[in-house]
Amino acid sequence: MLRIPCPYCGLRDEPEFTFGGPAHVTRPDSSVDDETWTAYLYSRKNPVGPHFERWCHAYGCGRWFNVARDTRTHEILKVYLMGAPAPELAG
Amino acid sequence: MIPIGTVKWLILVSSKLMQRYSVLQLAWQALRGNRHWQPAWRDAELKRSYEVVVIGGGGHGLATAYYLAKKHGIRNIAVLERGLIGLGNSGRNTQVVRSNYFYPASSSFYDHSLKLYEGLNHELNFNVMLSQRGVLNLGHSEHEMEMLRRWCNAIRMNGIDSEMLTPGQIRKLAPPLNLEGRYPVLGGFIQHRAGICRHDAVVWGYARGASALGVDLVQNCEVTGFVLGRNGVRGVHTSQGFIGAERVVLSVAGFSSELARLAGLKLPITTMALQAMVTEPVKPVLDTMVISGLVHAYVSQSDRGEIVIGGGADAYNSYAQRGGLPQMRHVIGAVVELFPSFSRLKLMRQWAGRVDITPDTSPLMGLTPIEGLFINCGWGTGGFKAIPAGGDTMAYTVANGRPHPLICGFRLDRFGTGALIDEGAAAGVAH
Repeated sequence: MLRIPCPYCGLRDEPEFTFGGPAHVTRPDSSVDDETWTAYLYSRKNPVGPHFERWCHAYGCGRWFNVARDTRTHEILKVYLMGAPAPELAG
Repeated sequence: MIPIGTVKWLILVSSKLMQRYSVLQLAWQALRGNRHWQPAWRDAELKRSYEVVVIGGGGHGLATAYYLAKKHGIRNIAVLERGLIGLGNSGRNTQVVRSNYFYPASSSFYDHSLKLYEGLNHELNFNVMLSQRGVLNLGHSEHEMEMLRRWCNAIRMNGIDSEMLTPGQIRKLAPPLNLEGRYPVLGGFIQHRAGICRHDAVVWGYARGASALGVDLVQNCEVTGFVLGRNGVRGVHTSQGFIGAERVVLSVAGFSSELARLAGLKLPITTMALQAMVTEPVKPVLDTMVISGLVHAYVSQSDRGEIVIGGGADAYNSYAQRGGLPQMRHVIGAVVELFPSFSRLKLMRQWAGRVDITPDTSPLMGLTPIEGLFINCGWGTGGFKAIPAGGDTMAYTVANGRPHPLICGFRLDRFGTGALIDEGAAAGVAH
């Protein structure tokens, strides 16, 4: 089970949270070509290793935040606020 | 009395040819103390180039190689497996075979697969233990029953057997099911031809069949890169050196997007963990397969007596090959509500596989923008049932250079054109 440090409430168990998919997916301008629009809708990074993603503390404070998590080990590398850029990860 | 010369000749012939499995063979081997069984497939020596290279020694990859050799006469094939044959998702699934899909593109493909399963024992001379015990979908509310009727009718319109059942019929079919519990059962529908099939036997059968036709099965051989020329694929770099091939099939569940990335190809895939579990074995209590879409859990009893339990994938991206406890608790909680007597059973094993999920939960099959590179991936949580048809249609696609008619809808560019086949939405659960 994941234990996620909510930036507002502190360390809590996974069932209190809902997963919100990848972070930093930006909606492009409506004038872009079909390829860019398709990539925005469907293409995801799906990395082996650190993954930047959104979580919501649904059964706690109800607020959204970003998490950097390793998809091989599930280790949580960093928690940062919505709107903040993806952090540099050591190593 | 059989002359000794004939016996020697028989031994010589049987050591040269693939041993056919039969009652006579069984008796003959038993008489000789079972010391002369041959390995089911050859330990192949890797050549430097092949006509076709299949990456991934799971069910789909092996079946592709088998049908290429059997139906299309291409026998200079290597199947490259990073680990060992059948230790990925082919050995981790819950053995379900069915074709009760909503959209015609899916149902025609999956019914082709089920029909191939029905003839697979004879095709492969290997007992795959297909048990067409029926797959029963439960409805827990009036609204869900309306959706099930719509789904059941769609399946019938697609020409596939499907039948609505009343609670009384369900009680007879699955006695341990609690119809009046927290999740009341108002009815359901069943596909009688669906059921379960021994997954390891399917893998071993295709591996043995392909090997006997001259296909090289190479284990512990990881693909680390692609060599692309002006006219497409030239070969692959592997942990055992470069292997030349102008046709390469990508057939690796769980690492499809990573492998495609090595070839410069982006796939719309998210990789997650899907877990399953079995209880201790008990005497026969359930001779059909039961699925509840509402609670997203399903249950069957294996031939060994274990209760096999599965559910939805864990919520987040994962390559860890292990499932999380919250999802496990959710699935087991639902199952013991539906089958209160199962709460007394001890859980024996729990495991997980990496599943490649596409945005519409339908697979990605066929050609890619790179000449000579073919894909067969994105099976998400339901690739086992598709193994025979996946192999058959991919073999056709590779041999002819154009997609098999049954897989045209599963092409990679459907996300750009909007021609999705959204079975996840149709069934209300991920497949």
